[in-house]
Amino acid sequence: MLGSAVIVFREVLEAALITGLVLAVTRGVPGRTRYVTIGILAGLSGAVLLALFGDWIAPLAEGMGQELLNAGILSVAVVMLTWHLVWMKKHSQVFSQHIKQMGSRIENGEHDASIIAVIIGLAILREGSEAVLFMFGLSAAGSSAVGLFSGALLGVLAGVLVGVVVYFGLARVPLSKLFRVSGWLILLLTAGLAAQASSYLVQADFLPAISNRVWDTSHILSEKSLFGQFLHIIIGYVDQPMGIQVLVYAATIVIVSSLMYVVTHPLSPRTQRAVATSIVSLLLGSVLVVASNRAHAGHQIYVPYVKQGMVELQTARHISKAIPLS
Amino acid sequence: MKSFIKSLFISLFSVGLLASALSAQAEETRQLVIKDHTFQPAEITIPAKTKVKLVISNQDASPEEFESKSLHREKMIPAGAERTIFIGPLEPGTYEFYGEFNPKTAQGRVIVK
Repeated sequence: MLGSAVIVFREVLEAALITGLVLAVTRGVPGRTRYVTIGILAGLSGAVLLALFGDWIAPLAEGMGQELLNAGILSVAVVMLTWHLVWMKKHSQVFSQHIKQMGSRIENGEHDASIIAVIIGLAILREGSEAVLFMFGLSAAGSSAVGLFSGALLGVLAGVLVGVVVYFGLARVPLSKLFRVSGWLILLLTAGLAAQASSYLVQADFLPAISNRVWDTSHILSEKSLFGQFLHIIIGYVDQPMGIQVLVYAATIVIVSSLMYVVTHPLSPRTQRAVATSIVSLLLGSVLVVASNRAHAGHQIYVPYVKQGMVELQTARHISKAIPLS
Repeated sequence: MKSFIKSLFISLFSVGLLASALSAQAEETRQLVIKDHTFQPAEITIPAKTKVKLVISNQDASPEEFESKSLHREKMIPAGAERTIFIGPLEPGTYEFYGEFNPKTAQGRVIVK
């Protein structure tokens, strides 16, 4: 019973922590409760659907359907969190400039609340589906699994409890103080999720790992330990990261914080163009890196000697002709 | 918001298309069976710097999650289902894996030579 409680707790923990964290830092956003409820319910029903249709999703894309779906869900969460961060940055500046237009503020607030709903829904969707699948398996095993099943329920409750504790713990911090650190917290959370998405894309053979292990701190703080897992969820700690994870983590922090800077410090059109150009070339560059990872030699050189002044044509396994250049 | 969701779906769809176009080509295949909460065989030897397709079939009545920190892989395998994991190219060494739902019994390792 305790075994299944621990397993389900670990699965539920991520969704519960993200929900608690996001709720705590978005206190005071009007219309929040309604959207949060929608997010939780949509996430839960999505998780059940995902568990039910797992057998249909998994064989897609050469058996990598699940990985791509996870990467997709995580990427959407990253985009949403980025949006939230940028919006908060802009919003807090509007506040400080004392531009108070009640109507637009509430409208903006609802806009932001719908983003919160999506973020929470996605966290529950991804992590919940594994917990649901696990519990489906238990119920299929029959009545002998009653103990296991109650253990699983205990795990869900414990996970939710941690989320609640995080929420009320952070809720005690005055909003003005929380505002100063919450941006950083959400930024690290976002970078961690982006790195996790890249890890799924490596698993699906979409991105190169670059290096299988940049460092190994598993003997200091194992990711399997509860605190290690906690840090993994909150700030994206990985004890044996691949090169791509480190790269994506750093890139996310740089890109998101520059976006946050840009919305409060408008750039001249010339700089805007320069930034846009560099982003596009960076994207193109990364596409090329991915593509080159898949490149393989279609043509081989069988005889590497060429006489001076001659051009030699080679096709599969035989030299066809040596042609004088002049 | 609406146009955003629309473009999101389009990009997810194109990602899916790209995925099927750039299919992973493994040079070797290894079979792995989960039975009585253990991996059979518990030890797999694969050549270094080679991509290997690992086909794992779960013959238990309960789901299992294949997990390996050193291989950077994690995949849920429902009861009675079969799932594919690609590993490698890897450097020579030993890479441990385990079943997250039965970590005491479901243990194994990949030996890369």
